[in-house]
Amino acid sequence: MSTDSNVTTAAKGVRRGGLREKLQQLMALLGLLIIFAAFSFASPTYFPTYSNVISILYSAVVIGLLALGATLVIITGGIDLSVGTGMTLSAVMAATFIVTWGLPVWLGILCTLLFGAFLGLVNGTNVAILGLPPFIATLAMMLVAQGLALVISKAIPIYFDPVAHSSYLWLSNGELIPSTGFPNAVVVLVLAALVAFVLLNKTLLGRYDISIGSNEEATALSGINTKKWTMIIYSVAGVFTALGAIMISARLGSAQPATGAGYELQAIAAVVIGGTSLSGGKGTIVGTIIGALIISVINNGLQIMSMPQQWQNVILGLVILVVVFIDQLRSKRAATT
Amino acid sequence: MTTTETAPAPGVHDPDLLLQVEGVGKTFPGVKALEDMRFDLRKGEVLGLVGENGAGKSTLMKLLTGIYTRETGDFWLDGEPLSVHTPKEAQEAGLSIIHQELNLVPHLSVAENIWLGREPVSAGFFTRPGEQVRATRELLDRLQMSLNPKALVSTLSVAQQQMVEIAKALSFESTKVLIMDEPTAALNDAEVDQLHELIRRFITPSTGVVYISHRMAELKRIADRITVIRDGHYIDTMPMAETSLDDVISKMVGRAINTEARPENVRTDRPVVLQVSNLSTKTLLKDVSFEVYRGEILGFAGLMGAGRTEVARAVVGADPIDSGEIVLNGNTVTIHTPARAAELGIGYLSEDRKRLGLMLPLPVSHNIAISSMSAKFANGFFVRDKAIRQAAEDSRTLLSIKTPSVNQLVKYLSGGNQQKAIIARWLVKDCDILIFDEPTRGIDVGAKEEIYQLLNKLAGEGKTIIMISSELPEVLRMSHRVIVMADGRITGVLSAAEATQEAIMTLATHRTDAITTQKAEN
Ligand SMILES: Nc1ncnc2c1ncn2[C@@H]1O[C@H](COP(=O)(O)OP(=O)(O)OP(=O)(O)O)[C@@H](O)[C@H]1O
Ligand SMILES: [Mg+2]
Repeated sequence: MSTDSNVTTAAKGVRRGGLREKLQQLMALLGLLIIFAAFSFASPTYFPTYSNVISILYSAVVIGLLALGATLVIITGGIDLSVGTGMTLSAVMAATFIVTWGLPVWLGILCTLLFGAFLGLVNGTNVAILGLPPFIATLAMMLVAQGLALVISKAIPIYFDPVAHSSYLWLSNGELIPSTGFPNAVVVLVLAALVAFVLLNKTLLGRYDISIGSNEEATALSGINTKKWTMIIYSVAGVFTALGAIMISARLGSAQPATGAGYELQAIAAVVIGGTSLSGGKGTIVGTIIGALIISVINNGLQIMSMPQQWQNVILGLVILVVVFIDQLRSKRAATT
Repeated sequence: MTTTETAPAPGVHDPDLLLQVEGVGKTFPGVKALEDMRFDLRKGEVLGLVGENGAGKSTLMKLLTGIYTRETGDFWLDGEPLSVHTPKEAQEAGLSIIHQELNLVPHLSVAENIWLGREPVSAGFFTRPGEQVRATRELLDRLQMSLNPKALVSTLSVAQQQMVEIAKALSFESTKVLIMDEPTAALNDAEVDQLHELIRRFITPSTGVVYISHRMAELKRIADRITVIRDGHYIDTMPMAETSLDDVISKMVGRAINTEARPENVRTDRPVVLQVSNLSTKTLLKDVSFEVYRGEILGFAGLMGAGRTEVARAVVGADPIDSGEIVLNGNTVTIHTPARAAELGIGYLSEDRKRLGLMLPLPVSHNIAISSMSAKFANGFFVRDKAIRQAAEDSRTLLSIKTPSVNQLVKYLSGGNQQKAIIARWLVKDCDILIFDEPTRGIDVGAKEEIYQLLNKLAGEGKTIIMISSELPEVLRMSHRVIVMADGRITGVLSAAEATQEAIMTLATHRTDAITTQKAEN
């Protein structure tokens, strides 16, 4: 048939396409470095120290874990507003399993992860089977989870016993590598990110995730059970949320039933800053982790410069605007060449 | 490269020419889409524009209408230099285009789509829906189209959507040049005739039409002259009356092709693979019953809205059925989702490649592999990228999919090559029963023939193919038997010997008394 003679240097265009994606991640990384450098310049004595870097990483853990799950959901073209309060409820459940019921720590953790999967499954069912818009389905779950966390805990924080549950607390605060000051929580985040990376890039779940986000109807007509996979993806996101719950309660030594709301927005912000498109079909795990780090650096840096909490949110909002705007500008230019 | 006297001489901008295009070049990453392209459109003529899939036809039209920016070259309209940067400017200059891909907003009505961006308003702000519907009705009456202005576009078939696009393009009063990029790819003969009638009425001594099509017979009927392009280069322009279609095709493809073959023997002596009984849906279908045999190619013919796509969607579980039974290889089955259908070995290729076929922002390889992902390209839960790439490369060779690489995003392929990618998806999947809805929509003559041969080979190997097509020559060329539908019912079943254009059209227009419904004899 056609002779392909005007398809010049076959690989060139495509290598360029791959490069474009890499470039985007490089840009995010560059953004992170610039923000880091700016704070180092503004506060050379307190900001760029080893212990502060550790504390930046430490505080990126919870946002990062929530954002990993949110990335998978957002790639389907959905959204998960329930990760913040879902985390709170899961933390209350973890404390209930371990402190109130006295389950062994490992079993309590397993139950908590399953509970998170269950919350996600409910979201996924509401979206895939009942056909509710993800925004509405997870908004409802956000409220339900917040309420249930207060009901189950009777609105009182549940404290872990520093001795009896030391292995639970060790998960976050312990040091796998002794006397480095390097908390296990960061290791957990790295491992979770690896798992998410493999899920998204190497497994059927990832392929169907991206395919559903690109064109759900076409994916279904290709013979993929999109409803089943949507439910699975929300459930997996729930597991990441539960992991976030374990890390935050282990860090605080308690489950705090009244906190958690607001985390979902930080998580979504991390995902968006990382280059994942809210319209679905496109996203990276590396980007999301960089996004979580950027948020953590900004929070930390502004704190060090004694910027009031309220202003931190203002700055974060502006950063999101700038990053997403630049990203859109770039993809628009790419589309009309 | 040949040049006849009708080709424009460089540097001369004849005011008698409506549109002149010269030296146009356009490069995409990895692809030189156009190089030193030229053509001219005379006042009062219909110019056919032909070339293989990926030759650069759509790109040229997108440059003309300000969607892409050209790198080199010049346009003249009525002898004046033409420089447009946005589709809106092109519209204002008098260039109206019907794109190859349907560009309607699915959840808006027919009327809202036609007047999108120029809604009738009062006090400069408030929309006037009544006025809009009235204007639409007037327009549709004038064009003799039977469409409901208030119908949502998402409920329309591809052919009906195409009609809306045509109505929209003709609703601009100031249009001088009407560009149609494969306007008939989803239309049947009657609808094509209707469109040609509209074109003839549109043509005046000061207007012209550029008509892109892969249907050669149609060009013979409507075009005054025909311009051939190949691989982004201008080849030749010829007066239609003095040119044979074979001539056009060989200029286009660079060789002659044989399009005469007919289906060989009957297949009705073989086992029944799929039997559908009394299928009805709430929306359209009434008591549809048919069977299809192993190794058979069963054609489905009918007019727009006859219910052929609905039958396919009901069978694969994409739409709910009201009543009816499906028996597969002797076992009654219930199919609620296309996923279940695929499990049972039934694949469905949709007529609407953009909305229901492609994952546009994903690579060609993904679009080819998606249906077979778990069955062929995974070790348990893990995806085998190498195998995917290999299969995609094989498909690319088999179907001559023109792309710089299988990693290219499918949205950057030409329409015909996108269609090939979806066909490849179902060839890779290896289903026992393939339901192909307008499979060659937008595919060029040469490639079409190769796909026909592939389908014949599959049928020869014992696969069963149900082929829905609006192109009668295609139905006649391919089918062992033809089922004709009208108004949601089957009005006739014809054997290959009985199937003629006339017989099919009679049944399609529902005059069942003329030919009695009969089953093909053994
Ligand atoms: N936006 C784009 N980015 C990259 N390549 C493109 C883009 N648009 C078109 N191409 C390439 O340019 C070439 C010409 O494409 P074009 O759509 O003009 O073909 P065509 O003649 O309309 O084909 P068809 O008959 O299949 O519609 C093709 O090889 C195509 O892959
Ligand atoms: Mg085209």
